[in-house]
Amino acid sequence: MTKEDGHRIGASVEGAAIVDAIKRSGVEFVVSVPDRVTSETVLRQVASDSALRLVRVCKEDEGVSICAALSFCDKRAILLMQHTGLLDSVNALRGIAVEYRLPVVMMVGLLGHESDAVPAQSRSYGVRIVAPILDAMGIAYEFLHRAGDEQRIAPAVERAYANSTPLALLIGRSPV
Amino acid sequence: MKRDQCLKLIAKYHRDEIVVPAYQAAFEWLVIKPDAPNFIAVGAMGQASSLALGLALGLPERKVIVFDGDGSLLMNLGSLVTIANAAPGNLLHFVCENGTYEVNGGHPIPGKDKVTFAGLARAAGYREAHEFSELDVLEAALPGILRAIGPVFVDLKVEPGESYPQDFTYMHSPAAREKFKAALQQPRRA
Repeated sequence: MTKEDGHRIGASVEGAAIVDAIKRSGVEFVVSVPDRVTSETVLRQVASDSALRLVRVCKEDEGVSICAALSFCDKRAILLMQHTGLLDSVNALRGIAVEYRLPVVMMVGLLGHESDAVPAQSRSYGVRIVAPILDAMGIAYEFLHRAGDEQRIAPAVERAYANSTPLALLIGRSPV
Repeated sequence: MKRDQCLKLIAKYHRDEIVVPAYQAAFEWLVIKPDAPNFIAVGAMGQASSLALGLALGLPERKVIVFDGDGSLLMNLGSLVTIANAAPGNLLHFVCENGTYEVNGGHPIPGKDKVTFAGLARAAGYREAHEFSELDVLEAALPGILRAIGPVFVDLKVEPGESYPQDFTYMHSPAAREKFKAALQQPRRA
């Protein structure tokens, strides 16, 4: 998507659709440090959804380990956080998710990302470096930006658990 | 008291609990109790307590014991609050406090002789927090500690014991995690 396409990006993905997709993915645990991008429309719904168990962590790298450990218990989990938390968790991701080949699925709000740009072209330095870092680490990612993109969540989660590999689902603008 | 003596003592009472040993405790525990369901926490320093929490939440019918290090725990102190908040009744959190980064050259930890780990755990909201510096006192309390509803925290004030091999190659290998998976499938002892 280019900046010129910005006017055609359409409606944002809906938070309720994201939560439904999370549940359809077989996810039982959501592990989170609140993120401004997803706080209202995703995390708040998760917190009130009796089908999901929310584990509030103090720091995001704890969540990397919790999700990895849950995979040994045949439990699926998603680590819901801001991109700053992903950046803070690089070593845990390196050691536990990538080197140990464990299915750590992350949903990452790109705070500061402009709605009309792809993340790699963001004016925000922190947002701009996320995809290159994931590329360098060999971590697969999906960019969820507009309504309908939530359809990619369940297949991506399925692949992550089938292949026992980490995955990042990047949320480019606040869901509605 | 010597760390390996503590671990041998705990091994005497160990039945089928999942064990998450970190670094120096892992080197020793893997020799003392190699066939326990051991999830070795050496992938990223500080993460043993969080790995143990994930296992405790995912397998609420199993007891999970973590052998943390003091330097490791300092790297993930927030996990005390996370664990207390999640309140897994099946989590028993030991920290082997030797005051040093033993695997990384023996340098002192920040707060050596100042920080009170049991106090931190108690303030974080653990149901119980204990500290032991005498082996016979630990042995007397151990059966009750193993039966207690968690999260329970136990600070073991230790010094190095015998020398144990540092088999990082095995610890980092897929075989170590496959062995853990297989151990989880074993029928549990009555």
